[in-house]
Amino acid sequence: MDIISIMKIAFKSLARNKTRTFLTMLGIIIGVGAVITMIAIGQGATKQVNEQISSMGTNVIMVVSNMSNTQSRARQAAGSGNLLDEGDVKAIQENVDGVLYVSPVYNTYGQLKYGSNNWRGSITGVDVDYFLIRDLSLEYGQYFYPSEVESGAKVCVIGKTVADNLFVGEDPVGKTMRIRHIPFTIKGVLKSKGASSMGMDQDDIVIAPHTTTVSRLIGQRWKFMTIIVSAISKERIPMVQEDIMNILLTRHNGTTRDDFIVRSQTDIAEAASAVSNTLTFLLASIAGISLLVGGIGIMNIMLVSVTERIKEIGIRMAVGASKRDVLLQFIIEAITISVIGGLIGIIMGWSLAVVLGQTMNWSISVTPWSILLAVGFSCAVGIFFGWYPARKAANLNLIDALRYE
Amino acid sequence: MDNNILISVRDLTKSYQMGEISVHALRGINLDIDEGDFVAIMGPSGSGKTTFMNLLGCLDKPTSGSYFLDGINVAEMDDKAITQVRNQKIGYVFQAFYLLPRTTALENVELPLLYRHKMSSKERREKAMQALEIVGLADRAKHYPNQLSGGQQQRVAIARAIVNDPAFILADEPTGNLDSRTSVEVLELFQKLHSQGKTIILVTHEYDLSHYALRIITFRDGKVISDAPNLDVHIASEDLKKMPQLDIEEEVL
Repeated sequence: MDIISIMKIAFKSLARNKTRTFLTMLGIIIGVGAVITMIAIGQGATKQVNEQISSMGTNVIMVVSNMSNTQSRARQAAGSGNLLDEGDVKAIQENVDGVLYVSPVYNTYGQLKYGSNNWRGSITGVDVDYFLIRDLSLEYGQYFYPSEVESGAKVCVIGKTVADNLFVGEDPVGKTMRIRHIPFTIKGVLKSKGASSMGMDQDDIVIAPHTTTVSRLIGQRWKFMTIIVSAISKERIPMVQEDIMNILLTRHNGTTRDDFIVRSQTDIAEAASAVSNTLTFLLASIAGISLLVGGIGIMNIMLVSVTERIKEIGIRMAVGASKRDVLLQFIIEAITISVIGGLIGIIMGWSLAVVLGQTMNWSISVTPWSILLAVGFSCAVGIFFGWYPARKAANLNLIDALRYE
Repeated sequence: MDNNILISVRDLTKSYQMGEISVHALRGINLDIDEGDFVAIMGPSGSGKTTFMNLLGCLDKPTSGSYFLDGINVAEMDDKAITQVRNQKIGYVFQAFYLLPRTTALENVELPLLYRHKMSSKERREKAMQALEIVGLADRAKHYPNQLSGGQQQRVAIARAIVNDPAFILADEPTGNLDSRTSVEVLELFQKLHSQGKTIILVTHEYDLSHYALRIITFRDGKVISDAPNLDVHIASEDLKKMPQLDIEEEVL
């Protein structure tokens, strides 16, 4: 008999037992849905981390002094500490090959005030190179000049969020706002970068010359500098990292490699994606187990169904169904259950991922390979777990099957 | 009566292995059945008539001997070919009806056609409806087996048996689950089909029912002990007139 007719028979038989069919399908629906959702969440996290890391800039190297070590050396003589200073910035700029831009970075918080509007903002004190390293472009206005950095001018560039909240409906450029009561003139507004993965608003920033930031806002005593560097190419990064470390070691007497962290964007990206890949794998294996359980559910039901339908098989064979017809009918029933279950699973899993992404504010990413994986797996489950009961059905002795009670 | 031989059985034996002992269910059967005949196979339980029926119906294979159906030795056929024979040459009517549950009368009748060859569903439907008309159940086509009385279920089974226009109808105790009046009604249907040219083999242990056949073959201990024309053929429709009408209408809707 041709395959189309057998398919019709199989479909009819499934339709006749709607509850049983649905319950069997449920295992696959949940399994496939879970795989899709879990992978979507895992992949979303990976994608977001990667995006965030690339939003740091290009070929970026961060230099930080390792505070936990600094504190353990607090009793050492003044001057032998390992806090980074302007001399380090200069040394990196002048003595390390392959460095494109260097900028010190100071961070502080402060109350921002314009007219009667208040905003609590994060202030970053940097050199002009910072804009190039971080790839920050202007919405309008202009950056501050090197001369303004040198002279410690009270100027700044602000992010979109700050502009929107302090200057409602006004053009901030040329206006003066107060940062902790000290007036700063706004030179420009940055282009929006959107929210970061942790929900941090990357546009909620004020960028000012580092000289002014230290002298007016932080104070010499409390300053803690990090250095941001960009290398001329990706290939040069490891060499540049090594050279920076060597310069720091010669400039700071009595320090070890452990006292500084010279980390490239690639290092951070690798560490982060290793974590999120582990997460994806973990989530997918949990989901995979539920898919397997769904498959075993199919086999269970199909086996029960064979036993329950021994007489039906006997009747079919008596009126002319061959072994092949019976085998195919049962396999098609199993495959149909898993394929339809798989399709519903994809829809459910996808919807769940989207809903989760929106309500929990997670980034999700439904990838084609996760769909292929889920569908492939559910088909395989259908054939694998359908084949054994189907064979059992096809090999039944006709007379025994007919006489079976 | 023409003498076109439909079934020819020579030295047919069947034995089963039951642990250490082998049971000889059939010990050399020789029989010819003509086309258009109406044969009753009689015998007490254990006589081998059911085994013989299984062999005739190609539900089982003989241990030795030959079985020619329409001139072809079925005993030597492979599984695939036998499946074809079951589908196209034989129409079965079983004691317990053997209808598929949760399947309408019409779909049950269509079943053998499904396993035959490519046929449009319209053609299949028409053929199945014709068969249901012959057994007088066209108005019950959409009913499920559990909505039909025993007699009606057996008539659906008979419709299924004739839908493929088989070489013969093989009925195994077709009235075993029916009351006496309904039994005679079923036999009336067989006589009607016979009068239209169908070959019918009726396996029964009820002596009364064998009177509606033209030829009575009796089995005992795996052998044919008598094979003779029925000299006193009863007409089922006549008998029905003499039987009391049942008070209750046995149809369940």
